[in-house]
Amino acid sequence: MSDPFLAIRGLCASIDDNGTPKPILQGLDLEIPAGEVHAIMGPNGSGKSTLSYVLAGRADYAVTAGSVSFKGQDLLAMEPDERAAAGMFLAFQAPVELPGVNNANFLRTAVNAVRRARGEAELDAMQFLKAARGQAKALSMPEDLLKRNVNVGFSGGEKKRNEVLQMAMLAPSFAILDETDSGLDIDALRIVAEGVQALRSPTFSALVITHHQRLLDYLVPDRVHVMARGRILRSGGPELAHQLEAQGYAGFLAEAA
Amino acid sequence: MNVIVPPARSAIGNAGGLVEQYRAMRLELPGEPTARDLAADWLERHELPSRRVEAWRYTDIRRVWETPFETAGATPERAKARLGALLSTHGLADDAAALPRLVFVDGVLSRALSRMPDGIDVRPFAGVDAAEPLRHPMVALNTMLATDGMVVRVPAGLDAGRLLLVSLCEGIGGRAVASHLRHRLVLEAGASLALLEIGEGSGCYLSDGVLDAEVGASAHLRHVRLQRDSGEAFSFSMVQATVAERGAYDGFNLALGAVLARHEVHATLSGPHAAVHVNGAQLLADAQVADLTSVIAHDAPNCVSRQTVKNVLTGRARGVFQGKIVVARVAQKTDGYQMNQALLLSETAEIDAKPELEIYADDVKCSHGSTAGALDEEQLFYMRSRGVPVAEARAILVRAFLDDALQLVDDEMMRGVLDEAVAAWWRGRAA
Ligand SMILES: Nc1ncnc2c1ncn2[C@@H]1O[C@H](COP(=O)(O)OP(=O)(O)OP(=O)(O)O)[C@@H](O)[C@H]1O
Ligand SMILES: [Mg+2]
Repeated sequence: MSDPFLAIRGLCASIDDNGTPKPILQGLDLEIPAGEVHAIMGPNGSGKSTLSYVLAGRADYAVTAGSVSFKGQDLLAMEPDERAAAGMFLAFQAPVELPGVNNANFLRTAVNAVRRARGEAELDAMQFLKAARGQAKALSMPEDLLKRNVNVGFSGGEKKRNEVLQMAMLAPSFAILDETDSGLDIDALRIVAEGVQALRSPTFSALVITHHQRLLDYLVPDRVHVMARGRILRSGGPELAHQLEAQGYAGFLAEAA
Repeated sequence: MNVIVPPARSAIGNAGGLVEQYRAMRLELPGEPTARDLAADWLERHELPSRRVEAWRYTDIRRVWETPFETAGATPERAKARLGALLSTHGLADDAAALPRLVFVDGVLSRALSRMPDGIDVRPFAGVDAAEPLRHPMVALNTMLATDGMVVRVPAGLDAGRLLLVSLCEGIGGRAVASHLRHRLVLEAGASLALLEIGEGSGCYLSDGVLDAEVGASAHLRHVRLQRDSGEAFSFSMVQATVAERGAYDGFNLALGAVLARHEVHATLSGPHAAVHVNGAQLLADAQVADLTSVIAHDAPNCVSRQTVKNVLTGRARGVFQGKIVVARVAQKTDGYQMNQALLLSETAEIDAKPELEIYADDVKCSHGSTAGALDEEQLFYMRSRGVPVAEARAILVRAFLDDALQLVDDEMMRGVLDEAVAAWWRGRAA
C-alpha cells in the first residue's frame, strides 16, 4: 500500500495558557494502517487527549509543526465536521452535555449530516429509530436515554455508552476511543469492547487510549504505543501493555530521558 | 419621585401632533369621548417617555414621535393577501386556519377576514372606560386614539378553546399608519381561553395595542403572542391584567420583529392562590431593540408569579428586560421568580436587565437571576465532531437555549407556531 491509512509526522501542538503558548505535542510520529487497532498508554498529562482533539479538529490547539494525512487527505486542513464525514470519530474522554438538545434528534441530525456528506441517502424517522434502538439494545443501553437531552444527567458509564452508540451509528472508518473504558462497569466494559471488536474489518481502524489492561484483554491491539511528554517513546506488540501493567512507566521515562 | 413639569412644545413633538389630530377627529371615533379627552389632557400635561424617565431608561422611543403617522387604512385586497400568507405560513397552515379569529387591519376590524367564535360573547368596540386612572403614556395614547378592538366575554365555567387575534398593518402608498387597538377580555369564574395573538405588517407603522384582561376566580387565560412586525415598525403592546383567586394569566411573548418594540405586562394578583406567568423570548438582529417590561403586583397571599425570558441577540441588537415584583403587606407566602438569560451572538449585541423586588410582606420567597454569554465553543466542537456542519450546530444550540422557555407554552399547537417562527427567524439570519 502506497498511502498509509493514517500517518502522523512530527506533530507539534500547543495550547494557549493565559497568553503564552504551552507546547504539549512535541514531535509525535504515529502510523496506523487500515484495519488495525492500536493502543496508546501513557501517564496523566502526557498529551493523549490533546492528540485526539487535534486529530478531531478542536480549534483551541495551535498546530505548530508536522502533518497528518488521513486516507491520502491533509487532515489538518479539514473542518471538524468534514473530518467526521471523511470517517473520523472521537469518543470523548469527557463527553459534552447539551441541555435542551434531544439525544435521538441530535443523533439523527448527525447521522444524516454525515450520510449527506458521504453521498448516501438520509434515514427517515422510522429507519433511524429502528437502527438506533437496535444499537442501543446491543449496548444494553436503556432506551430512555435516547429520549433525554444529550448526556445531561447521564451517569459516567451512560455517557460512555452514548459515545459508543454514536460511533456505531456514524459508521466511521477510524475511531479514537479516549479512555472510553474509564467509568464503565465490568459488564459494560465487555459490551463496549465487543462493540468495537465487532466493527473490526479491513476498512476500520481504531486508536484506543487507555490506562487499563482489561480493555485490551477483550480488544487485543495490533500495536501498543507508550506516550510521554507529547511523544511516542516506544511501540510494540500487545505484550508491551502487559509489561507496563507490571512495571509502570518509570523505566520507560528514565530510558527516554 | 417624578416631578411633573409641563413639557415645552418641542418636547412633546409629534405626540403633540397626535393630540391635535385627535382633537380634529374626536367626534368621529367610536364611543363616548370622555376617556379620550382625559387622555389627551394627560398627554399634554406629561412628559413623553424619554431616557430621562426611569421606566424608559433603556429604551429610547424619541424616533416614534419624530414620525408622522396617518390613520388611513389598507385596501381590503392587500389585507386579504397578507392574511392568506400569514395563515399559510408553515406551522399555521392547518390548525390555525380553522381557528376562530378576529383580524384587524390598520387598527380596524375586518369582518370579511374574521371568523367569529361560537359560544363566547363578542361585542363591537364601544370606546374606552373613563374610570381608569391614567399612568402610562402608551396607554394614554391608545385611550385617546383607539379605533377598534376585541371585546370578548367568556361565560362562567366555559372552556372557550383557542382564539386567534391578528393585527395587520399595511397602510397604503407607503404612508406610515398607526394602529391603536384596545382589547377587552373578561373570563368569568372557571372560564378558560387560549389566545394566540399575531402582529405583522409591512413598512413603517406604529402599533400601540392595549389588552385589558380580567381573569375571574379559577379562570385560566393563556396568551401567546408572536410579534413579527415589519423591520421598520414601532411595536408597543400592553397587557393590563387582574387575576382573581386561583385564576391564572399565562403569557408568552415571542418578539422577532419591529425596529423598536416594547411589550409590557402589568398584572395584579388580586385573590389568593392566583398565578401569573410572564415568559418570553426576544430574537433580535441588526439594530433592533426589544424590551420586555413587567410589573407584577402581589396583592393577595399564596400567589405565584414566574418569568423565564430568553434573549438571542446578534448584530447591534439590544434586548431589554425590566421585571418588577411588588409584594403587598398582605401577600404572605408569595412565591415569585424571575430569570432573564441572553445569548450574545455578536460582540456588539447588548442586553440590559433590571430586576426589581419591592417587598412589604415578611414571609415570601422571591428570587431573580440573569445570565449572559456566547455560544459554548466546547458544545459546538462536540457537535461538529459528530459531523454536524457549523451553521446547523449553531441553530441547534440557539434552539436549545430557548427550549426551557418555549416548553412553558403548554398549548402544543401554539408552541408549534412559535417553534416554526423561531426556525424561520434563524433561516432568515443564515441566508
Ligand atoms: N487549556 C489548557 N491550559 C493549560 N494547559 C492545558 C490545557 N489543556 C490541556 N493542558 C495541559 O496539557 C497537558 C496534556 O493534557 P492531556 O489532556 O492531553 O493529557 P492526557 O494524556 O490525556 O492525560 P490523562 O491521562 O489524565 O487523560 C496537561 O499537562 C494539561 O494540563
Ligand atoms: Mg486524557
